[in-house]
Amino acid sequence: MDPLLSGDIGFAEILIVLIKVLIAFAGLMVGVMLMVWFERKLVADMQNRIGPNRAGPFGILQTLADGIKLFFKEELSPAKSDPFVYRLAPFLALVPAFLVFSVIPIAGNFSGDNTGVVTIAGHETLMQVADPQIGILLVLAMSSIAVYGIMLAGWASGSKYPLLGSVRASAQMVSYEAALGLSIATVLLLAGALSTNLIVNEQAGGRWNLWMTGLVPFVVFLIAATAELNRPPFDLVEAEQELVGGFHTEYTALRFAMFFLAEFMNVVTMSAVIVTLFLGGPNGPLFGITGWVSDYLLPSIYFFGKLFILLFVFVWFRATLPRFRYDQLMDLGWKLLIPLSLGWFLLVATVQVSQDQGWNPIVVVTSVVVIGVLGASLLRLSIRTGNFRRTEESEEAEDSHMSPKDPGGVR
Amino acid sequence: MGYLDGFKVTLRKWAGVNTDTGRRVTTEYPEEVRPKPARFHGRHVLNRYEDGMEKCIGCELCAGVCPADCIYVRGSDNDPENPTSPGERFGFTYEINYLRCIHCDLCVEACPTQAITESKLFEFAFTNRSDAIYTKAELLVGDDGRPRQMPWENWDGGFDPAQDTSGWMRATSSGGFAEFEGLVAWAGELGYGVRAPEGGQTSEQAGAEAAAADAAEDEHGGH
Repeated sequence: MDPLLSGDIGFAEILIVLIKVLIAFAGLMVGVMLMVWFERKLVADMQNRIGPNRAGPFGILQTLADGIKLFFKEELSPAKSDPFVYRLAPFLALVPAFLVFSVIPIAGNFSGDNTGVVTIAGHETLMQVADPQIGILLVLAMSSIAVYGIMLAGWASGSKYPLLGSVRASAQMVSYEAALGLSIATVLLLAGALSTNLIVNEQAGGRWNLWMTGLVPFVVFLIAATAELNRPPFDLVEAEQELVGGFHTEYTALRFAMFFLAEFMNVVTMSAVIVTLFLGGPNGPLFGITGWVSDYLLPSIYFFGKLFILLFVFVWFRATLPRFRYDQLMDLGWKLLIPLSLGWFLLVATVQVSQDQGWNPIVVVTSVVVIGVLGASLLRLSIRTGNFRRTEESEEAEDSHMSPKDPGGVR
Repeated sequence: MGYLDGFKVTLRKWAGVNTDTGRRVTTEYPEEVRPKPARFHGRHVLNRYEDGMEKCIGCELCAGVCPADCIYVRGSDNDPENPTSPGERFGFTYEINYLRCIHCDLCVEACPTQAITESKLFEFAFTNRSDAIYTKAELLVGDDGRPRQMPWENWDGGFDPAQDTSGWMRATSSGGFAEFEGLVAWAGELGYGVRAPEGGQTSEQAGAEAAAADAAEDEHGGH
């Protein structure tokens, strides 16, 4: 709970909250603007191109110019669209993207006995817009709401390509949410709390979840987050070569801009969530300095530095990897990431319990390895059997087409 | 690790932007113009003889051959006292619609007097449809032999009148016969005179090759 809101709530408290909201909102908007530019420049560099270079120095104002252009364009809505849902969908995509950022601590001193509390004009508070007890569950809830934005956009457009895009989106996001949730659960096992402040606090002093959970949840989370964000190589939702523009094909002007904004904002917020969950948030060496440097300056530098590295990684993915086929996407999600994250979750839980109860580590490790290998081979066997049966069936179907009763069978 | 090699490639390109691996292939177009190919097809010009007479005789062969149907020509009889072109007839109306033209150069090949050639000018953007139709006055070269610049044409990309007009004649042998490579088979132009042929194979070499090709074809046709 934010100490600011634990006592009486007066004018000063409301003002502080308002200022925090404003800073988060403005910061996120500017961040998204820079992210779009950064992504285009970086991808251009990786592809031997120049990238935007007309608006402002190094083309840094390109996003602003695009935004202004979209703002003044004509709003069109297809004749077959459902007017209310069609207008609602962009907000359903955009608002959750903003809300997720409200639980991200971006600064504050977490070293030693400090718990990230800073004092503004005599009032103690945390450097995040809100610190609800449900904490990280809010992130999951909001990313589920964002699926509605995309699903309804495709459905309400009254057009087939957007509908296909949104069907893909819902299937993809639902399947990857499971892996996402399981790797978050692993972090929660260590933190013992849902609050983002406590999660960050628990990672103080270099005990980052990145290695405390054994790297696997981080990798799973990174892949699942890329899929959840519909970014390449998982951008089947808006696969241009197949679906025109996917769910936002029928959107123009400001409503399209909202989807665009939401997409890039989700990249920024999801990177911030990864920083919070796995990379220790604003944690970092403070060199024994106290005061505003250790409260605001150094932690925010660490936070944004980590954020920047993750954004770079996301763009790097995009520049490097070709798009998945849809069945490969589903295979990766259901047959690899979910079992892997579930197994790792059980492993971490076992280790936690064995430490708690003081069990013999050798017995624990041996039994875990045996069970793990058994489970993995069982899963592998079942997947291979399934594959084998499927190919057999399709071969049989092909054979029946080739039979003399049905010459020149249609494939 | 085969899976991760791709990441190395992109990272190398990004890290080596100023080196050879990451050398950018994009040019800053309006400021930096690449040299145009020798036979670049741009917008047309109507040429004139060295004495200022028009080459066009209004025969409409260009209009006939045009696959996009974008040329409109009407001929008229020359005034014997004050002729526009040498001979009986001249091109009275000559219009090319650049919303239709595909720059295939067939009109240039069809023209018996080399009256119409394509320049290398391609940077023109009009804001209404009537501007897209170039009339005879707009296509005909000026008294100095240079094409006339329309207000919507951009010539900043290094316009060189000697290079940028009727380049095809010096690059192509007359009638497509390689034996004539290097032989001047065209009339002079206003402002430039008779253009020199471009370098290439010598006529003896070309003649020998053509003869060999003919012989091979005859043999083939015999079966």
